[in-house]
Amino acid sequence: MSTDAQELERAGFWARARDSDIWYSFKRSKITIVAAIITVLIFGSAFFAPLIAPHNPFDLATLSLLDSLLPPAWEQGGDPRYLLGTDDQGRDILSTILYGSRISLAVGFAAVVFAAVLGISLGLLAGYAGGRTDSIIMRIADVQLTFPAILIALLIDGSVRGVLGGIDREQSAFYVLVVSIGLSFWVQYARTVRSSTLVEKNKEYVQAARLIGLHPIRIMARHVLPNVMGPVLVIATINLALAVITEATLSFLGVGIPPTQPSLGTMIRIGNDFLFSGEWWITIFPGITLAILVLAVNLLGDWLRDALNPRLR
Amino acid sequence: MLLRKSLLGATLLTGLFATQAMAENTFKFAFQGTLKSLDPYSLNETFTLGTLGNVYEGLTKRGPDLQIAPGLAESWEVVEPTRWRFHLRKGVKFHNGNDFTAADVVFSADRVRSEGSDLKTRIPADAKFEAVDDYTVDVVLTSPNPILHYEWDTWVMIDKEWAEANDSVRVTSASDQSATTISLQSNGTGPFKITDHDGGVKTMMESNPDWWDAGNKKYNIDKVEFATIASDATRVAALLSGEMDLVYPIPVQDIKRVEDNATISAKTGPELRTIFLGMDQMRDELLYSSVKGKNPFQDKRVREAFYHAIDIEAIKQKVMRNLATPSSIMISPFMFDNASKIARLSYDPDAAKSLLKEAGYPDGFEVGMDCPNDRYVNDEAICQAVVAMLARVGVKVKLNAQPKAQYFAKVLASGGFDTSFYLLGWTPGSFDSWNVLSNLHGCRDEAGNGGMFNLGGYCNNDVDSLTSQILVENDPNKRLDLITQAYQITTAESAYIPLHQQGLAWGVSEKADVVQRADNVLMLYHVNMK
Repeated sequence: MSTDAQELERAGFWARARDSDIWYSFKRSKITIVAAIITVLIFGSAFFAPLIAPHNPFDLATLSLLDSLLPPAWEQGGDPRYLLGTDDQGRDILSTILYGSRISLAVGFAAVVFAAVLGISLGLLAGYAGGRTDSIIMRIADVQLTFPAILIALLIDGSVRGVLGGIDREQSAFYVLVVSIGLSFWVQYARTVRSSTLVEKNKEYVQAARLIGLHPIRIMARHVLPNVMGPVLVIATINLALAVITEATLSFLGVGIPPTQPSLGTMIRIGNDFLFSGEWWITIFPGITLAILVLAVNLLGDWLRDALNPRLR
Repeated sequence: MLLRKSLLGATLLTGLFATQAMAENTFKFAFQGTLKSLDPYSLNETFTLGTLGNVYEGLTKRGPDLQIAPGLAESWEVVEPTRWRFHLRKGVKFHNGNDFTAADVVFSADRVRSEGSDLKTRIPADAKFEAVDDYTVDVVLTSPNPILHYEWDTWVMIDKEWAEANDSVRVTSASDQSATTISLQSNGTGPFKITDHDGGVKTMMESNPDWWDAGNKKYNIDKVEFATIASDATRVAALLSGEMDLVYPIPVQDIKRVEDNATISAKTGPELRTIFLGMDQMRDELLYSSVKGKNPFQDKRVREAFYHAIDIEAIKQKVMRNLATPSSIMISPFMFDNASKIARLSYDPDAAKSLLKEAGYPDGFEVGMDCPNDRYVNDEAICQAVVAMLARVGVKVKLNAQPKAQYFAKVLASGGFDTSFYLLGWTPGSFDSWNVLSNLHGCRDEAGNGGMFNLGGYCNNDVDSLTSQILVENDPNKRLDLITQAYQITTAESAYIPLHQQGLAWGVSEKADVVQRADNVLMLYHVNMK
């Protein structure tokens, strides 16, 4: 082991990070920095929503129907208590956006983790085992790729709702969304991981591990997996944006999060009914938030893909 | 299929010749829902029956204010309490030229009660129809029934000879896959003939010059085009662009936009439908609730507390944008003269809280609520508002809002009345309280025998005995008194929480002059074009 490496080891994680290629390329891209700041801001405000939101839109006892449909504070008839106005139930739009992006992001993250775990496991298995296992898994993936993700999500959502039946929708909606979005996204991970695994499994270190008699699962998890994680990170980032969009789409179609605890998509759906009658703020503000969030995360994903791609360096 | 094609060809041809005639008034209108089968006994639904009521006619009619007027029967009398005599109008012809006679009435009475008919309740099952002569029909009943003819404006007459010749004696039920002649073509006595019908999409009609009442006709339109436009926004846009002369309903939030436009206007008025909240008072343990082993709604104080918690004015102003009339009873005041004698419970959250405390729920409880989201005006928004209002008195309501198909499948008899707390709307087709009392307040068993739409299973034997007296009482004053008594009991017990009569909203072009009936029916013989 060289002394340089030892020094770096001692200097700690931050020193290593500051010295890395990734940090270098991050510093050089202004767009990425802006995107990162916006992402952190939105994530932070969503996470700390209960602390910073002026109202709690989920506490029904505080809502008053008489405060409903108020325009933003700067418009005529606006109320300074409600900066961005209120919706048809008297919920403060700003607070609802904060709480709503929390739900949207939670669904997004959970769905991505679910899809990644499923996709990576199946991809590793297919790539490493090869043969019939590989064919079966990848043909299933091929078939699923022929359907648009939103269609699969709708299908799963519909059948789960049919099985569960009505009343606990408020509780079940979150999990149903996570599973339906997750199941429609796993193919990408599986394909990527499988192809990387095919390359890695013939390299000397894997051969060596095999030679000393390690269990295949250990080889897959401890030796192959760390070497295929780069592309997975990129997919996960871009998929986060996609998952948030899919959640919004499903909620907009009325099969997602119920309007009692609205996500961004549900808010846009509610507001859509009032767009023609001039109450634009109910749908426009959540729409803008969703657009900015997705754009920022996508920009980060793009940058990560370029930064991790050795051929573009 | 072949038949349908040649039919289409024929109507196209006649259409071609007709357009060459002279300047005509064409009236175009669009509705949210569809007109599928043309068989007037297929579907007991306001729009379908109303539209076919321009083509076919019943023994009675209802005028602009819904008063009963003579239709194909010139007059009628109750000869003895169980025998009614109807004198038919002479000289009435069906569109194919056949004469309308007593035989057609007897045939229609049998057909409307036959298998597959959705209108079986129009006539008591054991009533006998006897043709005294060609233009007199006697109806023999097993018990007196002062409201026998109240729903006969939508029970229309069908030509016996034509139906038999065209294999249309059997009723085409709404679930039938095979179409019969009568579901695709029409042969009525009314002021309009259907010239072309594309089920669920578009229907064309033209004026019938040989209508028996053509001498007194109060309309000047020659052709009618009807189209279904399901989307609210598209429907309003069709009116704004001038493509349609009338569209209905228009969403309450768009009324202002329609009014702001110089060439169109919004025609609004109260509808007969009453929107109300119901509570399960039948099960011993409430479903979907945190309370176990008992049913809080069986306690009158809990029902009263819920009633006190509802701020009906806020719902009227904010959710309904003033297009609703708060109601104290389960029937529209149009159909019940003593409505003013019964008052709503006041909006009083403090009273609600103390009632809940007295009943043993100082911290409230949890309950599930079922709600349709595409059936009534702003139904889901009303439910959400109710949930928030109940939250303020400590009751946590889990809302389950669904499209009407799933909602009705769950809460109605076919779904086993699977609900604890729900929102529903009701219009009595007979425009009479007996319908409301028997359907919504009559005791029922678990299978739904009895008050079939009494989803919460409210039951009071005094009300039931009043209801059966009301059915047979012939003296209008005594009858009104009995009805008032029944409503006083149900209100005192908070059997239901009536909310409001929702409003009607039609968008009308300035070129057209129409009459809006309170049952949301458009009669084309009240339409004039400027």
